[in-house]
Amino acid sequence: MSDGIITMAYLGASILFILALGGLSNQETARRGNYFGMTGMAIALLATIVGIVTENYALMLGCIIVGGGVGLLLAKKVEMTMMPELVAILHSLVGLAAVIVGFGTFLDHSVAFTGVDQTIHNVEIYLGVLIGALTFSGSIVAYLKLSGKVSGSPVLLPGRHFLNLILLLGTIWFLMAFISEAQAGAGMNALMIMTAISLLFGIHMVLAIGGADMPVVVSMLNSYSGWAAAATGFMLSNDLLIVIGALVGSSGAILSYIMCRAMNRKFFSVIAGGFGTTSGNATAGPSGSADDVQPIDAESVAHMLLASKKVMILPGYGMAVAQAQHSVFEMSRKLREAGIEVGFGIHPVAGRMPGHMNVLLAEARVPYDIVFEMDEINDDFPNVDVSIVIGANDIVNPAALDEPDSPIAGMPVLEPWVGKTTVVLKRSMASGYAGVDNPLFYKDNTRMLFGDAKASIDDILKNL
Amino acid sequence: MLIGIPKEIHPGEKRVATTPETAEKLRALGYEVALESGAGVAANFSDDTYRETGVSIVSSAKELWEKADIIMKVRAPEANTELSVHETDLLDSNKTLISFVAAGINPELLETLSKTGATALAMDSIPRISRAQKMDALSSMANIAGYRAVVEAAQHFGRFFTGQITAAGKVPPAKVLVIGGGVAGLAAIGAAKSMGAIVRAFDTRPEVKEQVESMDAEFLMLEFEEDGSGEGGYAKTMSEEFIKKEMELFAKQAMEVDIVITTALIPGKPAPELWTEAMVETMRDGSVIVDLAAEMGGNCKLTEANKIVIKHGVTLIGYTDLPSRLAAQSSQLYATNLLHLLTDMTPEKDGQLVVDMEDEVIRGATVVNKGEITWPPPAPRLYAVPEKKEETAQTIQVTEAAKDSPLKQLLFFGVAGLLLLALGSVAPPDFMSHFTVFVLSCFIGYMVIWNVSPSLHTPLMSVTNAISSIIIIGALLQISSPDNLNKYLAAFAILITSVNIVGGFAVTQRMLEMFRK
Repeated sequence: MSDGIITMAYLGASILFILALGGLSNQETARRGNYFGMTGMAIALLATIVGIVTENYALMLGCIIVGGGVGLLLAKKVEMTMMPELVAILHSLVGLAAVIVGFGTFLDHSVAFTGVDQTIHNVEIYLGVLIGALTFSGSIVAYLKLSGKVSGSPVLLPGRHFLNLILLLGTIWFLMAFISEAQAGAGMNALMIMTAISLLFGIHMVLAIGGADMPVVVSMLNSYSGWAAAATGFMLSNDLLIVIGALVGSSGAILSYIMCRAMNRKFFSVIAGGFGTTSGNATAGPSGSADDVQPIDAESVAHMLLASKKVMILPGYGMAVAQAQHSVFEMSRKLREAGIEVGFGIHPVAGRMPGHMNVLLAEARVPYDIVFEMDEINDDFPNVDVSIVIGANDIVNPAALDEPDSPIAGMPVLEPWVGKTTVVLKRSMASGYAGVDNPLFYKDNTRMLFGDAKASIDDILKNL
Repeated sequence: MLIGIPKEIHPGEKRVATTPETAEKLRALGYEVALESGAGVAANFSDDTYRETGVSIVSSAKELWEKADIIMKVRAPEANTELSVHETDLLDSNKTLISFVAAGINPELLETLSKTGATALAMDSIPRISRAQKMDALSSMANIAGYRAVVEAAQHFGRFFTGQITAAGKVPPAKVLVIGGGVAGLAAIGAAKSMGAIVRAFDTRPEVKEQVESMDAEFLMLEFEEDGSGEGGYAKTMSEEFIKKEMELFAKQAMEVDIVITTALIPGKPAPELWTEAMVETMRDGSVIVDLAAEMGGNCKLTEANKIVIKHGVTLIGYTDLPSRLAAQSSQLYATNLLHLLTDMTPEKDGQLVVDMEDEVIRGATVVNKGEITWPPPAPRLYAVPEKKEETAQTIQVTEAAKDSPLKQLLFFGVAGLLLLALGSVAPPDFMSHFTVFVLSCFIGYMVIWNVSPSLHTPLMSVTNAISSIIIIGALLQISSPDNLNKYLAAFAILITSVNIVGGFAVTQRMLEMFRK
């Protein structure tokens, strides 16, 4: 097959991939978009296999079939609450593949470069491996943190910024070493050492980031996996990889940006790790003691719900932990049958990855047209009779708006307290991830329903 | 301990301090409950319904007072003409009395109570803090009074509240003015509104505006700056100039409204006169005024306490027992307030009453502790002083300004531009063409991704995951390598990227299937 045909096939695949991402702009076109993506992938693979691969077909097909089978199994088995873990583990695979392809390219001497071309080629290999290794180890740690196998709290080594700086300088020094050695036909050692350094760097970086910053981490790793693909594309002089890498890289970067904005935090301070450790007054302004909350029982909540016209449900990560989404849907269905307007309000960083809550609610069969973004509903709260906060804390904290000293000051939050009544479902009076007391709990129009979220919702359901 | 519920002896008082339902819950706290025969009849609770929940019925008041350790009633103790004994004389140092006391205007009663050596808790002295809301009997009663005020007004008003277009002609809606936006005022607004009237409200405290408007009523504004918020959420006396403006406003309203409900009370003082005789005169014949402050002299001087009078063609209702006129409802709420208080005072749920003077709520309610007068209580602790809004806005603005400093942006673009030029000066043309593709793709990505619906961010991540595994092409390029190490490395890379490709697309599909209307 001629190079022209292959290039055309790649171009077609690129367009299909762009359409796939474009399709996600709304729910109706999203599925069609996904088919475009699959078609694009099939075209790209076919063109490469037919046009470039000349030997070892059996090995190749075997790997594709086994790998594909494992992937399919994973996709079918995974619980929707486990999506962040799955995404993290898939990211690590992209990173690992980038590392392997980088090494492979370096070992492959069939195409000889000289002069500036060679230097650029080697820098590309070096970068590809570096980003790949970083993505790989970072994603593994993210996976371990998300699945609770490693504590979610930030691990802050003494002098961690200094350590990061040394690691960074180390990679630059080894880049120089690698380039000069590679010109002499060696360089494997420098590449290996750098790989080890970037693996360490990835581990250290993600370890220092706390549980609720996970949405940023996951989208950041998503971005890295894209850049890794782009670097691989440069190394192989392959435009398809460059295009896809750039698409994925900017997608992840935008998601990270959206997540940071939703927490009013600078991207760099998230990456630097440790929430509230710099502001020094994480416990500023407790506005009441545990005595001052007003508890309520499930039966009264049910009566209150039935007497209302408009109900807003505000889920947080706690809903996912308690696996309460199905009960929540059941409750919303019953209320809707009773002629009560029910909506869901989603904060951009609710959950452990971007859009996590939307997927959980979709899984529980909540129709997406009653699920609203924060900006869509915040002005609506004065008309809401009852807001139910399920397993969320910082994202409904009025301190973010009222207390300039608060560590979360300036973070946009959902504002249920301007509505008539807020019911907060909560396990205990422990504070949220940011360690900030939540004045919402002490407001006159707030009622606390203590207990496991799922058990509480089930209790409410019994009384509806 | 035994809780005794005597029959209320105040003439016309129909309420009772415990309902069968709350009696059952009191028993669950470990108490025994005894009721004077017939105490609940006026509130539609027969002796039998009490008996069913395990309450013992005692026939004589004297016996009940003697036996009980805790006496719970509604009205403050007074002389029992039937037994020719004052209720306080039935108390002794082992007994605890819980009722309304009105300690502020009843100093003699406090004295008599203290002489008995008993402990007395006043339901009207419960501090107005969030935690104590559930025991705030004044609010419960005010709520009922506000509702009932509208019912009384409707009873004496000769027309509909709601406007209608009928075959027989058009009926205009009634216009109701509620003065005072406290609990009673808000209840009145709610009741009048649900009957279809046009409701206006006035209050000296600006924070009430929001609550009034949340009930769909119109808040009347004065063009005058003065905050009327006093201690404990009550209003305070206003300046003369303010009152003059207020009077002008009322005089104008008097010509328009059909029904006036006044609820203005300042603690410990006679009710302020807000509705003058001149205003009554300008009101249309058949209009109604319900004066909830009648007991304290009335917001309108023409009102007579406990009576309905007609003056200048306007009906003035001065009932002071509105909660009692809704006896079943008010008994139920009052009994629940009492139950909440007792729940807090029985930490072990063993039927033993603990008067914990460290507890702010109990401290506030206790007016006599074992013969010692403990009224007035120390000022309540203050919580959550509202922050100044402007300050917040300022700090937030500062961070935004720092973010978008144009100089910084310019510097950034300048440096980036120079770097790119430097790169261009050394890079070979082949690299430059790839770089062009790269930069343009970044921009396409930027445009496309901003359009992605936030609810689809998770599918976005899984699908980008799948397509970033296009890296498989790198491995495919090497699979045919004659070198074994290269070949197996490539094979491994193909294996893991295949997991990613199939897994990513499949899970995306699975998620997208779930999104439905």
